[in-house]
Amino acid sequence: MKINKNTINKIARLSRIKLDDQESEDYIKDLNLILDWVDQLNEVNTDKVEPLSNISSSILPKRDDVSKDINSSEEILENAPDKLEGFFAVPKVVE
Amino acid sequence: MMFKSLKNTIQSLEKNEISIKELSQEYIKNIKEKSTLNIFIHFDEQKILNQVEILEKDKSKKKLKGIPLAIKDLFCTKDMPTTAASKILENFKPSYESFVTQKLLDCGAIFVGKTNLDEFAMGSATDTSYFGNTINPLSKDGEPLAPGGSSGGSAAAVAANLCLGATGTDTGGSIRQPASFCGVVGIKPTYGLCSRWGIAAFASSLDQAGVFTNNTEDASILLESIAGFDERDSTSANIEIPNYFKNLNHDVVGKTIGIPKEYTIDGTPEEISRIWEEAIKVLEKNGAKIKNISLPHTKYALPTYYIIAPAEASSNLARYDGVKYGYRSSEIDSLDEMYENTRGQGFGKEVKRRILIGTYVLSAGYYDAYYLKAQKVRKLIANDFNEAFKECDLIVTPTAPSSAFPLNQEQDDPIKMYLNDVFTVPASLAGLPGISIPFGKDKNNLPLGIQILGKHFDEQQVFNTALSLEKSYE
Repeated sequence: MKINKNTINKIARLSRIKLDDQESEDYIKDLNLILDWVDQLNEVNTDKVEPLSNISSSILPKRDDVSKDINSSEEILENAPDKLEGFFAVPKVVE
Repeated sequence: MMFKSLKNTIQSLEKNEISIKELSQEYIKNIKEKSTLNIFIHFDEQKILNQVEILEKDKSKKKLKGIPLAIKDLFCTKDMPTTAASKILENFKPSYESFVTQKLLDCGAIFVGKTNLDEFAMGSATDTSYFGNTINPLSKDGEPLAPGGSSGGSAAAVAANLCLGATGTDTGGSIRQPASFCGVVGIKPTYGLCSRWGIAAFASSLDQAGVFTNNTEDASILLESIAGFDERDSTSANIEIPNYFKNLNHDVVGKTIGIPKEYTIDGTPEEISRIWEEAIKVLEKNGAKIKNISLPHTKYALPTYYIIAPAEASSNLARYDGVKYGYRSSEIDSLDEMYENTRGQGFGKEVKRRILIGTYVLSAGYYDAYYLKAQKVRKLIANDFNEAFKECDLIVTPTAPSSAFPLNQEQDDPIKMYLNDVFTVPASLAGLPGISIPFGKDKNNLPLGIQILGKHFDEQQVFNTALSLEKSYE
């Protein structure tokens, strides 16, 4: 088993996702199933194969380095769950 | 039926045989009658009428003026909320319009609403939506069927005649598979043809926008309306968009159609092999040359996809943290707790599963074994297609390994669900254009789909071949 209680806790922590005990158990099962299944890729010889990270054949275009006003901060803050004086507000980080 | 063709409706509107208002009212009526299918996440009659009023005052000529379209709720729209079918975006109101929907608005289209999907486009049955299942309009009483997914709401909206076309997105089959399940045409163009600006990102090296319609002609009209270069999407291709509709030609004489032997998979129902053979025969009769080809790494496409897509998703979905927009948990004693509770409560089961697996395969010590390995196999899969296209112009396969399956089918085994994408994922990994068109029925009279794949940016030949099959099937 690649994933146990410790690993799932570690991944959940890295993902910033809180899992309850039942969820953790379910995901341990699911992730082990999926990881065993993807292991078949080890049958493929990939020596000297370049990884394909971007399928796009287009060359990244350059643009002039000029600033543009797209959104006003007011518009951006409209969707904020909590805001204060033109900023996003979050729980206190420093005591 | 009178309005089933987008092309004909454009003509009727131009000749004043029907007004934009009458047309919209007809579709509003249809949508209300079919509300139990749960196709729309957002539908607001008044917003449709407002659009009608503005268009009726507008005297300029517009390509899609007054045409009712449905928009997958993954595209940001300024006048309608955008949820990605997730609790975490339940109350999100974009302050901007996506590239694709802006193009459609510029063409004078009317948006009838935002369609249901699998949460963040992760699923194959439109059953992971926070807003409940969509029911396939072809279901018989008492036996609800899945519309496919993730763009199940858009495919169902076209099939139920609630619009004349719809937008979708396709990462591993999310346009082609639901098109097949609902008996409509769905095309995922070449990676880079349509800008993804303003589309909630799932797996950025795979995501692409596309369309659903009732027939190939309409699909060619809609696709040329949403394609085009956009500097805000760095993968957007700066090419001239052909006039797909004007250039349509159902003549396939002399074209070579490749038939990949690896797409014959154990356990595929006999009727799917049968319609595949039938499609091959039709194309041969229409003058195409049929060539058996091999795509040797096909069997590794699904496991490759289910490493790459979740890895990219885990990164893309990091932005949903309860700070800038969307849902925030009320249990927020510290910043970390706010993140963890917001994401734990805001995401559904499948989305969390994919974020977890994606985080794992990218984490220290596992990156090379999983993510890098998958990217290398992806290269081999793309090479397979490059080699195959030296011998043929197009590739024809079935779209999905089954017809529409019953809703609420126990999906305890995630891998079983992932197998729905077996015929669509390889082309996604290679960034190729693919269309699904309805072709034949199974023993329960449910539609089956044929998939046509083309070379990069060769949507024209994909459309032409689809038209050839469609004309012979009618």
